[in-house]
Amino acid sequence: MSLKALRGLLLPVVLLLTGCHTVLMSPSGDVALQQRDLIITSLLLMLIIIVPVIVLTLLFAWRYRASHKRDDYDPDWNHSTMLELLIWSAPLLIIIALGAVTWVSTHKLDPFRPLERLSEGRPVPADSKPLEIDVVALDWKWLFIYPEQGIATVNEVAAPVDRPIEFHITASTVMNSFFVPALAGQIYAMPGMQTTLHAVINKAGDFDGFSANYSGAGFSGMHFMFHGMSEAQFGQWIAQAKAGQALSRDAYLQLAKPSENAPVSRYASVAPSLFDAIVNQCVTPGPSCMSGMKGPNLPAPEHTEDSMHDMPMAQPQ
Amino acid sequence: MSDSPDLAKLIFGRLTWDAIPFHEPILLWTFVAVAAGGIALLAALTYFRLWGYLWREWFTSIDHKKIGVMYMVLGLVMLLRGFSDAIMMRMQQAVAFGHVQGFLPPHHYDQIFTAHGVIMIFFVAMPLVTGLMNFVVPLQIGARDVSFPFLNNFSFWMTTAGAALIMMSLFVGEFARTGWLAYPPLSGIAQSPDVGVDYYIWGLQIAGVGTLLSGINLLVTIIKMRAPGMTMMRMPVFTWTALCTNVLIVAAFPVLTAVLALLALDRYAGTNFFTTTLGGDAMMYVNLIWIWGHPEVYILILPAFGIYSEVVATFSRKRLFGYTSMVYATVVITVLSYLVWLHHFFTMGSGASVNSFFGITTMIISIPTGAKIFNWLFTMYRGRITFEVPMLWTVAFMVTFTIGGMTGVMLAVPPADFALHNSLFLIAHFHNVIIGGVLFGLFAGINYWFPKAFGFRLDPFWGKVSFWFWVVGFYFAFMPLYVLGLMGVTRRLNHFEDPSLQIWFQIAAFGALLIALGIGAMLIQFYVSFRNREALRDHTGDPWGGRTLEWSTSSPPPAYNFAFTPRVHNRDAWWQMKQHNYERPTAAFIAIHMPKNTGAGVILGGISTVLGFAMIWHMWPLAVLSFIALLAVAIGHTFNYQRDYHIPADEVSRVEAARSELLANHV
Repeated sequence: MSLKALRGLLLPVVLLLTGCHTVLMSPSGDVALQQRDLIITSLLLMLIIIVPVIVLTLLFAWRYRASHKRDDYDPDWNHSTMLELLIWSAPLLIIIALGAVTWVSTHKLDPFRPLERLSEGRPVPADSKPLEIDVVALDWKWLFIYPEQGIATVNEVAAPVDRPIEFHITASTVMNSFFVPALAGQIYAMPGMQTTLHAVINKAGDFDGFSANYSGAGFSGMHFMFHGMSEAQFGQWIAQAKAGQALSRDAYLQLAKPSENAPVSRYASVAPSLFDAIVNQCVTPGPSCMSGMKGPNLPAPEHTEDSMHDMPMAQPQ
Repeated sequence: MSDSPDLAKLIFGRLTWDAIPFHEPILLWTFVAVAAGGIALLAALTYFRLWGYLWREWFTSIDHKKIGVMYMVLGLVMLLRGFSDAIMMRMQQAVAFGHVQGFLPPHHYDQIFTAHGVIMIFFVAMPLVTGLMNFVVPLQIGARDVSFPFLNNFSFWMTTAGAALIMMSLFVGEFARTGWLAYPPLSGIAQSPDVGVDYYIWGLQIAGVGTLLSGINLLVTIIKMRAPGMTMMRMPVFTWTALCTNVLIVAAFPVLTAVLALLALDRYAGTNFFTTTLGGDAMMYVNLIWIWGHPEVYILILPAFGIYSEVVATFSRKRLFGYTSMVYATVVITVLSYLVWLHHFFTMGSGASVNSFFGITTMIISIPTGAKIFNWLFTMYRGRITFEVPMLWTVAFMVTFTIGGMTGVMLAVPPADFALHNSLFLIAHFHNVIIGGVLFGLFAGINYWFPKAFGFRLDPFWGKVSFWFWVVGFYFAFMPLYVLGLMGVTRRLNHFEDPSLQIWFQIAAFGALLIALGIGAMLIQFYVSFRNREALRDHTGDPWGGRTLEWSTSSPPPAYNFAFTPRVHNRDAWWQMKQHNYERPTAAFIAIHMPKNTGAGVILGGISTVLGFAMIWHMWPLAVLSFIALLAVAIGHTFNYQRDYHIPADEVSRVEAARSELLANHV
C-alpha cells in the first residue's frame, strides 16, 4: 500500500522536476512560461501540507494497528483545542498565500490584457503594435485571418519571434477552445461571440495547436501548426500566402462546410470585414447581422466597422 | 394505401428499422450477449418461480431497507455498463496512433465517452449514494422508515426508468455525442438533429424526478424523525452528511431540471434560449448546468465523507476526533459548493476579477476538507486499528484523495487552468477525487453495512483482492493521465499523431485492466460470500463493534427496525448503550403501525419510460396517451386508502424472542 501510494504521489512530482519533454513544463512563449511557474508555485505551496498528511496517514495506520498493542490507547480522546486550531489554520495560511498569488496572477495573465513584457526583464517597446490575428474555429479546422497583411490561412499560423500577438477568436457553429500549449493558455472560441488572447512566442520553432473543447465528429483532427519565426521568414511566409486564391465570402461559406483533417491552405486576400461578419453570424447574404438586431423589424444596417461595438462579447472591452 | 407511410410516421415518429444498429458489429454482439443474458435471467426467474417473490417482497416494497438495496443493485449493474465504456475508451486511445484508426470511429467513440460520464454520475454514483443513505439513515436515527415511504419507492422507480431509457439508446437509435453536459450549440437541434440528445434529456429528466423526491424525503426524515434525545449535534456524522447532501439535492436539482427543460424547448419547440444569433446565450446554459453540476460533486462526496467518519471511528475503536469541527466543515462545504461553479469555465472569457473570485472560493473549500482529513487522521491516533476491508478503503482514500485535492487546487488557479483546462490532467484530477473519494467510500460503505442488510459479512479475502486491484489499477490508470495532461494532451480525442504519447496511454489501459480485475473480484466476493453465508453469518447484529444505532438491531433488521424507539443520550448512542450494559426490552411489545406495499411506483416508472421513449422518437399519440395514463395512475393512487397495516404485538414478540434466543446462543 505505502509503496504504491508513495509512487503515485511522487510520479507527477518527479516529472515536474525532470520532465523537460512535457510542453507545459517547458513552453516557448512567455505567457505559457508564467503559467508554468504558477503551476509549480501552487504545487510546492500545497506540498507543504500534502506531504505531512500522507506521511502521517501511513505512519498512524502502521503505529496504531491493533496487533501492535500499544498502551496509549485512549478510546475517549476526541478533542484538542490546540490541534483543532492547527488543522484549521495551517490550510488557511496556505490558502491565503495561494489566494494572493491567484488574485495577482489572474489579473496579470488575463488573456484580454495587452502584454507588458516580451519575457523576463524585457518590457514591450512603447512604439510596437501587436500582430493581429483573427481566429475562426470552423467544423473542423482553423481559419486564421491576418487583417494587416490581408491574407488568410487554414490550419497553419505563424508569428515573428518576440512580437506581441493579439488573437481575436470566434467560432462558426459550436464551441471550441483555441490552444497552443507552447505559446499560451487556451481561450474558448464561441459562435456569435469574440474572445481575445494576448501572447508572444520567444523561440523559433513549430508548435502544435488544437481545439481543446470537444466539438463533434471531426474534433480529433482539428489541429494546426503554429510557427514561430524571424521577421524575415515571416515576410516570406506572408509572400507565400499571397500566391494563393482569394477568400471571398462565397469561398468562406464553401470552406465553412464540415470537413475533417483539412489540409493547410492559404488565401492571398480576404473579403472586407469578413471576420466581423463571421462573429455576427451573417456571412450568408440575407439574414441580418446580430449587430442590427437592436429592436424588432429594423432593417439590417450596412455592415460597418462600428458593428464591432454592438457585438456581444464574452467580455466587454 | 397512400396514407400508410403517414400513419406509420404518426405512430412511430422517427423510429424506423434504421435505428437498430445492425451495421455496428460491436453493438450487435453486445445486444446478442445482453439479450441472451436477459432471456436466461428471465427464464431462471420463471423457473424458480421468483416473480411473485420479487414483486411482493422487493418491487412493490416501501421498506427503506429494501429500496436502499435495490438502489445499490441498480448502481452496481450500471457500474458494469459504465466501466465497459471506460475500458473501450482506454483501448481505443491505447491503439489509435498514426495510421491506425482504432476500432471506434468518432460516431461511436463520442457516444461512448458521453454515456460513460452520464452513466457514472447519474446512474452509478447517485444510486449508490442514495441507496446507502436510504438504508442507513433511518436506522441511524432510530426511525422505522422514511417520512414518505411510498414516495421512496416511486423515486427509486423513476431513477430506474431514467436508467432504462439510457440503456435503450444502446440498441434503439443512438446516444448523445456531446460530452456528458451536452453544451449547446453542439447539443442544439441544428448540430445534433438525431435522437441522442433527446435520450439524454428525457433520461435525466425522469431520473431527476426520482432524485429530487428522494432528496426531499430524506431531508424531511432527518429533520422530523430522529429518535428522542438525538439533537442535531448528536446525529451520527453519516446522517449529518446525508442531511447536507439532501439539502444540496433539493436546492440544485431543480436547476438541472430547468436548464434541461430549456434545452428541450430549444430542440422541440424552436425557442432560442441558447442560440446566440437570436438573442439567446449558450454561455447561460453553461452557467446554469454548472450551478447544478458543482453542488452535484459535493452531493456525491459528502456522504462518502460520512462513511469514512463512521468507518474510521469504528475500526480505530475510538470516538471520532473533532465531531463539532467535522459537522461545521460539512456545513461550510455545503454552502461554499454554490459559490464555485464558474471554475469549470475560467477559459470562457470572464474578467480577471470574476475568475479570481471563483478561483479563491474554490481554494477556500480545501480548508474544511483539509480539516476533515486531519480529523480522520487524529481519530486513528492512539486508536486500536483493525484493517478490515472498509478500513483499508478508508486509508487508501486518505492518501489518494489528498493527491486529488491538491491537483484540484492547482486547477483552481485561473491562469494555471488556462493551460490545464480540458486536458487529461483535469480528467486525472476528477477521477482521482471521484474514484479515490466517492467510489472508495461507497466500497467501504458496502463492505461495512452489508452484514446489516443481509445478515452475513462479505468475504474478506476477495474483498482484499478487489481492494488491491482497484487501488493499484487506479494509480496505473490515472497517474499517466496527469503526465499526458502536462504534455498538452486534451480530452475526448479518439486518434493521435504523436507516437511518444502512446506508452502513457498503454500504461493507463493496463491500469483499466487491473480495475476490471478489481470489479471481477468484487463480483466473486459477492458470490463467495453468498455461498459461505452460514460461516460468515452475523448473529449479533453488531459484527464490527459499531457505535451508532443501526448496530443495535438484528442483522438484517426486522421490518419495523426498532420494536421500541430508542432514547439517545450520547453522540455514539449504541457505543454508550453498550458501555452502560444496555438491556434489550424483551416484553410488553405493542402492535406496530406500518405502511403497506403498493405497485403504483413500478407502474408510474414504467409509464414514464414509455412517455420518455415516445417523446424521444416523436411518437406524439403515444406520448399523449402515456401522459394521460401517468396522470390517471397518479391520481388513482391518491384514492388508495388501504395504505397501512399493523404488525400485531404477538408477531413483534415472536421476532424479538427469536433474536433473544440467537443472542443468548452466540454472545
